[in-house]
Amino acid sequence: MTNATSPDTYKRLLEVKGLQTYFKTDAGIVKAVDGISFTLNKGETLGIVGESGSGKSVTNLSIMRLIPSPPGKIVGGEVLFEGKDILKLSEGELRHLRGNDISMIFQDPMTSLNPFLRISTQMIETIRLHQSMSRREALAKSIEMLKLVGIPAAEERIHSYPHQFSGGMRQRVMIGMALSCEAKILIADEPTTALDVTIQAQILELIQELSKKLDTAVILITHDLGVVAGMCDTVCVMYAGKIVEKAKTDDLYANPSHPYTYGLIQSVPRLDKAHDGKLFSIEGQPPNVIDLPPCCPFHPRCHKAMDICRTQYPPTKDLGNGHEVSCWLFIDEKEHSHE
Amino acid sequence: MSKTTEKRPLLEVKDLKQHFPIESGFIMKRQIGAVRAVDGISFTVNEGETLGIVGESGCGKSTTVRSIAQLYKPTSGSVIFDGIDLVNAPREQMLDARKNIQMIFQDPYASLDPRMTVRTIIAEPLEIYRTRGMLDASVTRDVIEKRVEELMERVGLNRAFKNRYPHEFSGGQRQRIGIARALALNPKIILADEPVSALDVSIQSQILNLLHDLQKELGLTYVFIAHDLAVIEYISTRVAVMYLGKIMELSRSSDLYKNPLHPYTKALLSAAPIPDPVIERKRQRIILTGDVPSPNKERFGCYFYDRCPYKMEKCKTNIPPMKRMDEHHEVACWLYE
Ligand SMILES: Nc1ncnc2c1ncn2[C@@H]1O[C@H](COP(=O)(O)OP(=O)(O)OP(=O)(O)O)[C@@H](O)[C@H]1O
Ligand SMILES: Nc1ncnc2c1ncn2[C@@H]1O[C@H](COP(=O)(O)OP(=O)(O)OP(=O)(O)O)[C@@H](O)[C@H]1O
Ligand code: SF4
Ligand SMILES: [Mg+2]
Ligand SMILES: [Mg+2]
Repeated sequence: MTNATSPDTYKRLLEVKGLQTYFKTDAGIVKAVDGISFTLNKGETLGIVGESGSGKSVTNLSIMRLIPSPPGKIVGGEVLFEGKDILKLSEGELRHLRGNDISMIFQDPMTSLNPFLRISTQMIETIRLHQSMSRREALAKSIEMLKLVGIPAAEERIHSYPHQFSGGMRQRVMIGMALSCEAKILIADEPTTALDVTIQAQILELIQELSKKLDTAVILITHDLGVVAGMCDTVCVMYAGKIVEKAKTDDLYANPSHPYTYGLIQSVPRLDKAHDGKLFSIEGQPPNVIDLPPCCPFHPRCHKAMDICRTQYPPTKDLGNGHEVSCWLFIDEKEHSHE
Repeated sequence: MSKTTEKRPLLEVKDLKQHFPIESGFIMKRQIGAVRAVDGISFTVNEGETLGIVGESGCGKSTTVRSIAQLYKPTSGSVIFDGIDLVNAPREQMLDARKNIQMIFQDPYASLDPRMTVRTIIAEPLEIYRTRGMLDASVTRDVIEKRVEELMERVGLNRAFKNRYPHEFSGGQRQRIGIARALALNPKIILADEPVSALDVSIQSQILNLLHDLQKELGLTYVFIAHDLAVIEYISTRVAVMYLGKIMELSRSSDLYKNPLHPYTKALLSAAPIPDPVIERKRQRIILTGDVPSPNKERFGCYFYDRCPYKMEKCKTNIPPMKRMDEHHEVACWLYE
């Protein structure tokens, strides 16, 4: 994929436009991702936050074209990588893309490491899949990668099986493998959720450091607002398959505009703040994304819900500086001074 | 709650050890070692307060509360609840005291029997103690039925869902079922083992608020386990920081963030992300190297020695005792000799 485009075009490394991914289930159509758009720039770290089931993983599996089909299907939208639509690539082109251009770290390293194969075997295979190297060279590179991610005695330990490593070490191996391909984009789906905070801090620092060094753009999926604050340049907040707010990280925390984002930020206890009495709390449950009516999916839990919220999905409003929000409160004509 | 009883110790744990044997051999089982899950800890919990226990995976938090609840027979030490030593009391007396100690678990999916209706789940502790003949005679089937409905309402569940099964509820609702069940026998103390760790942020705050309200209303005492420091700090009166089966620091929760003493507590606090990008950018992290070591080995020095950035010669071969720094703050570290 070396077409002679100006470097400027490449600033927008990945553009997701109106992506829709649905699943056909017995209960009905699950609109897991329903018309989301965002841009990932070169070297940028983009966070995707949202509750369980909001569509974070499906978004990224769609980008990698890894949606199991059936029951899943990408039914609309474009995913442009360096200007080229991933959704239109052939199988061969896809294989090249995965690993060479985009690599991924999954939440549970055990699901992506084969328990019956030595770490060395798996790393060598992964590297040789994408780069033409001899086994020896690939082994040397693997050891180098393990050292880089801080596995002590890498020369010996590389011959271990996955279960002989702790959760944190396995996650570091995954990061090592993902980065060994020197892809342009690293997608990390909750890379630290299963880990302890001190190990989490090690891993996040590692991702941050290596992505800077190798100039890799990162998509970081997490439900931890603290992790986002420390790692990301930009944030997308997802709710029920939609991006409800998108902003530069600083803007989002300083000025959370969607009532869901506001509630989310308010409802986490904070170490650095004195507190007395009750936490802010968003009442109710997240919606079922099966056969959602065309309303604001947050309205049953929203303090500020108006009539229109119950009948129409709000358009997206640009608040400036790339801060976008999808909420009727920000649509001028409809503002009936409800605040 | 009357003010005078507020400081009364309800639970006293003294030098509690819980070792699990590691055995080898098929026919002739031989003990070749032990997992020192809890390796000599002491603390008290006063009536009406919340003691938080925080620490990394495998440090012995769950084992601690399970030994307190007598789900395991402690290797040594004592657990004195309301004046009764649970470890050495006769079974009948222990069971009677146990009625006042209930648990809530982390995984609302795994901890509820999928084949039981919500009604049966919540009523089970009552039924068990009734069959044992350890409940008041006035507790009839009807009374239990009433109690179940009352409990459901209290924890925010619609009583009309009484005959439904756990899979029909969301994670947060299942945790409410677990809480209702724990409340059934009107316990004095609740041991909550990571009750919000598996929940989404917005649901987590609902459950924390519920536990907070219940404590106020019913005068409950909590031992609350979490690995999320912010959650622990929010819910607890005092906090015990555990590492490898030992307590490293014990402090009033409001002091812990402001004035952490133990190098491990400092690292833990500095690793915990704060949801504010301006603060996050300025923070200096203490990044610990290495993983938590195995608890299978007997230690003769500080348990944190391997990962401590401040370790000294002395720490290698001497176990630091718990030292009281002021009325509410204790630490086990040779830096504070
Ligand atoms: N293979 C599948 N078949 C049917 N539905 C699916 C499938 N995969 C995902 N879904 C549904 O799509 C929706 C979005 O799921 P997704 O995994 O993207 O959520 P998520 O935001 O990553 O959540 P979590 O934080 O729990 O990982 C959910 O309602 C989920 O049930
Ligand atoms: N029944 C058991 N038999 C043998 N070893 C056990 C048993 N229960 C716990 N352990 C071991 O004891 C140690 C402490 O476990 P425990 O479950 O108390 O940790 P924890 O602090 O609750 O961790 P987590 O945060 O992962 O829940 C671990 O090394 C664990 O493997
Ligand atoms: S006693 Fe020594 S090794 Fe242990 S925490 Fe303190 S300084 Fe570190
Ligand atoms: Mg996911
Ligand atoms: Mg546990």
